[in-house]
Amino acid sequence: MTDRNFFSKINLKAAGPFVALFALFMIGVLVNDAFLSVGNITNILARSSFIGIVAIGATFVITAGGIDLSVGAMAAFISGCMIIIMNALSNSIDSSIVIILLAILASVLVGAFAGLINGLLVTRAKIEAFIVTLGTMGIYRSLITYMADGGTLSLNFAIGDIYSEVYYGDLFGIPYPAWVFLTIAISGYILLKKTVFGRHCFAIGSNEKVALYSAIHVDRAKTITYILQGICVSIATIIYVPRLGSASGQTGILWELEAIAAVIIGGTVLKGGYGRIWGTVVGALILTLISNILNLTDAISNYLNGAVQGIIIIVAVYLQRGSWRKSN
Amino acid sequence: MPDTSANQPILAARQLSKSFGDVRVLNNIDLNVHGGEVLALLGENGAGKSTLVKLLAGFEPITSGTLNLLNSDGSRGNTGKDWDVRAAERQGVVLIHQELNLAEQLSATDNIFLGNELKQGLLLNERLMHQRAREYLESLNCNIDPREQISRLEVSIKQMIEIAKAYAKQSRVLILDEPTAVLTFKESEVLFALINKLKREGVAIVYISHKLDEIENIADRVVILRDGYLIGSYQSRELDKDDMARLMVGRELTTLFPTNPKPPDSAKIVLKLTRGSLPKLISRASFQLCSGEVLGFFGLVGSGRTALMEAIVGLRKLSSTSKLEVNGREVNYKSLATARDDGVAYLTKDRKSSGLLLNMGLRFNFSLFSLNKFSRFLIDQKREQQEFDNAIKIFDIRAGDLEIKVGNLSGGNQQKLLFAKIMAADPSIVIIDEPTRGIDIGTRSEIYRYIAELAANGHAIILVSSDMLEVIGLSHRVAVMCRGELVGILEGGEIEEHEIMRYATGLKSKLMKDGEPRCD
Repeated sequence: MTDRNFFSKINLKAAGPFVALFALFMIGVLVNDAFLSVGNITNILARSSFIGIVAIGATFVITAGGIDLSVGAMAAFISGCMIIIMNALSNSIDSSIVIILLAILASVLVGAFAGLINGLLVTRAKIEAFIVTLGTMGIYRSLITYMADGGTLSLNFAIGDIYSEVYYGDLFGIPYPAWVFLTIAISGYILLKKTVFGRHCFAIGSNEKVALYSAIHVDRAKTITYILQGICVSIATIIYVPRLGSASGQTGILWELEAIAAVIIGGTVLKGGYGRIWGTVVGALILTLISNILNLTDAISNYLNGAVQGIIIIVAVYLQRGSWRKSN
Repeated sequence: MPDTSANQPILAARQLSKSFGDVRVLNNIDLNVHGGEVLALLGENGAGKSTLVKLLAGFEPITSGTLNLLNSDGSRGNTGKDWDVRAAERQGVVLIHQELNLAEQLSATDNIFLGNELKQGLLLNERLMHQRAREYLESLNCNIDPREQISRLEVSIKQMIEIAKAYAKQSRVLILDEPTAVLTFKESEVLFALINKLKREGVAIVYISHKLDEIENIADRVVILRDGYLIGSYQSRELDKDDMARLMVGRELTTLFPTNPKPPDSAKIVLKLTRGSLPKLISRASFQLCSGEVLGFFGLVGSGRTALMEAIVGLRKLSSTSKLEVNGREVNYKSLATARDDGVAYLTKDRKSSGLLLNMGLRFNFSLFSLNKFSRFLIDQKREQQEFDNAIKIFDIRAGDLEIKVGNLSGGNQQKLLFAKIMAADPSIVIIDEPTRGIDIGTRSEIYRYIAELAANGHAIILVSSDMLEVIGLSHRVAVMCRGELVGILEGGEIEEHEIMRYATGLKSKLMKDGEPRCD
């Protein structure tokens, strides 16, 4: 194989996000010595895991041609539910571990159920996913505000102390949230690329009618993607709650947009039919890196974080569309 | 209305030809369209009627030949390169498609004046437009409120609005492509009255329909097309319906078809449908199918064949009075997957929009229908690859690079891939809908040989096709559908073009009044 062949074999579109991640990493190294410190790297990994896990769920929804705007509000709502349950149980159950496990179980159930509702509204009621999840987003957002009575729900101190290990603890020097992120990413990759369900997601997002004529249970598969999304949100919430030990109307604000951004930066096609889990993982890391680097430098104000992210999203999609290569 | 005092044609086509790529679909057509005359275009599916009217109305560019037009100002001249829909509409030549072309969310008035809005300064003069629209509609005996939103109106009313739209533009040539396909008998009567009214006003009407009795009723002149050639032009009083049916077909069978011996009488009945019906689409259809048999399904466009097949395999819902038996067991498939698992597969007629994922690769498409065969939870990709490689050989699918997207394959290779995809699930009953639409003759004969082979191996096959040659050349028996009814199952000597066409056009039927078939 000649060199020229080799380079043309590398898919620029597929490699793009990885190249961008590497470039950002090098910028980080140049900007501040503290960037490479163990504390900072673990911080980046732990922080990117929330958006990353939510975005892995979103990869399924988007690949199958849907969209879920409700994830941020859903995360806030589930946080609230968990805190209320744990506080309520603290009077009747002695073991904090048991209380935490029960709250985790409840979290997964609430997440799956919320996803099921989104999925059924999209497939059975035949309402566009954008509208359904815009509606449920409003509902969850106002429910958490109501539950917190406009303020903040705080977790029982004793339980919070034990639970905080889930966010702040580590295994082999790598924080637990990063392990969870990695596990979800590997499972997501296998599910999307190696199973019948994953194939069906691609087919549905690519052309629903062809999927139907290929004996695929289109409605069922679409509903499952929303349930998966709900479960991913609940898992992200399970590792998020111990970080602050509180929930309010401000929890999870704009997570839906960050998650969608991570998915798109990673190379998944917004209109469906093509999805990449590892791209999404890299997308989430890129978003976290940007804000981390801006925190470490005075060159650009930290307030411009959103602007830089916005530019990166637009550039990433422009490069992936490949129209710039044809015109050459 | 326009001046047609001189007895010269408004539109005169001379040696008009049209090719799509290498395929010539119209050959040297000479045609005159006169004001005050209803001209019917008659021909089988694919004879070139729709293409011809698209050329006349500027929807498709002309490949060769000329279109001579009596301009609105009385001068004559050939249309040039700029003959497109807009130019045609400016000259009053309007084509109304079978699938209507209205902006559903706008009002009737908005649609009638779309592109020709009446203004008062910068603003729309809505009052005047509503008033005019009401006048137009009233003169067409259609008394609806022009402020009504299109999506809330009946199909027949929508068609009226299309015609009102043409009327508002002072059309001189009005082309209707199968207008009654979507209309009830009563609604059709209203349409005919309207056509006669326009005719008296000097408008030239070009009318495409498969319904011979309609044509006999309203046409002044009948032009017959066959395989892209103009066969003849007749005064309608010279022809009866039988003549029309005879002129529409009339070809020789070629050697395109393999020998396809009949299954023995002892062959098992594998599929039996009794009183098959579907709300609004199919009123009665009963038939049975044996293993080793090819049962052809012929019918004109809109006769309900595809809907019936989709209902059998679970893509639509059969009415509860229908009874479907497969391999001696009564079934009611709730989804295509259950039909597939029962050995029944359906090969869609629309390979681009419902058959294949054009932006995906060959292997992805190949295994999509039969994934459950080589997967538990994970897909056995090795086995998938083996089966794929095998299928590429068996079906002789030619793609330089097997990694390319399916959309880049030729139509023939796409169709072969679609066959491979369906057959990967090992069905014993295969329903094949229009297997050779838009496919070159070489691939066609390969597909015919493959179908005959399947039958010889004991598969039971339903072959739905609008291609008369194909149905006759491959089928052991031929079921004919007409307006949602299975009007007859023809055998032996009855399988002959003119006879089939008589059933398909509603001239003959084996059905008795009570809906039970006389045969079988």
